[in-house]
Amino acid sequence: MELTSRETWAVIHGLVLGTLYLLAFGGALAGLWSLRPGLVTTAGIKERMKRLYLGFGAMAVAAWATVITGTWIVYPWYREKIAGKDFAGCTGLELPSATCSPRDFLLSNVSGDTEEWHHYGMEWKEHVAWAAPLLATSAFLLVLYYGPRLIARKWLRTTVIVMLVGSFLAAVVGGALGAFINKVAPIS
Amino acid sequence: MNTEGTTMTTTSMTTTAHDDAQVAPELAGMDLPDKPDGPGAAMMISAGIGIFVLGLLTVLAEASLGWKEWLLKWEWGQGVGPLAGKTTVAALVYFVSLAILWTIWRKKNVKLQKAFYIGLALGALGALGTYPTFFQSFAP
Repeated sequence: MELTSRETWAVIHGLVLGTLYLLAFGGALAGLWSLRPGLVTTAGIKERMKRLYLGFGAMAVAAWATVITGTWIVYPWYREKIAGKDFAGCTGLELPSATCSPRDFLLSNVSGDTEEWHHYGMEWKEHVAWAAPLLATSAFLLVLYYGPRLIARKWLRTTVIVMLVGSFLAAVVGGALGAFINKVAPIS
Repeated sequence: MNTEGTTMTTTSMTTTAHDDAQVAPELAGMDLPDKPDGPGAAMMISAGIGIFVLGLLTVLAEASLGWKEWLLKWEWGQGVGPLAGKTTVAALVYFVSLAILWTIWRKKNVKLQKAFYIGLALGALGALGTYPTFFQSFAP
């Protein structure tokens, strides 16, 4: 059992941080959903708010860490242009190699019709995923700012849930496309 | 009572005085001071602004070589390409707009619904700008 440095970072970016984000999202959504009048005592509110702050905070931090590691560490390995203009370095390959980066591999079509994975999949993923930390941060700040007052404000609570789900959808597009692309053209 | 379920006094642009304990009696024992909605509005609109800038820069990088080269300068030799500029600038604009709006509205009760819909519209436009079929149509 062995992982290269690049594979390790791909795992940290997609699996470790992505899983942390999903876990925090589930907790944050469940906590906010049930933050309604009449369901929790005053003592219960104080206890629950601490977990809510932690969940939303963890989600925002995980979202930032995911996009930063993805963009600044993993993505440069994906987009290296090492196969030449005619993708000669990819000839005969079934997977990316030292002469053919994942991007080169997808664009070369040497292993089937793969270029749309880059033109559509990667191009969408690399951009829209950055909406996730912006929405998660604002949602976290709203929860932190209003605190228990959210119990009395149904519309505001719904608004934070909309932002939370928006962040999640952006992360899902990024995560799902990333998983598919890494299946077709893994970083190694 | 307004749509949030709180008692408020409303003027044309601002609102005042929430009474949360009236809607949720369990809050009465917590002695929570009322807070202005301005910072909340800032959080909503700034997220929309950040996503809008992300989408706008994505379109501009596709449409203009000059913009693409300017965005490329933000990669600091790390091999990220123009994505470095698009995402870094969008994140900076998000934090700066949040700080500015928060400061301006820190003591005001800005209408949250209006702020949310402005943020939502900006965010939707920004998301459209990051969609490949859309932004690639601007390629020369």
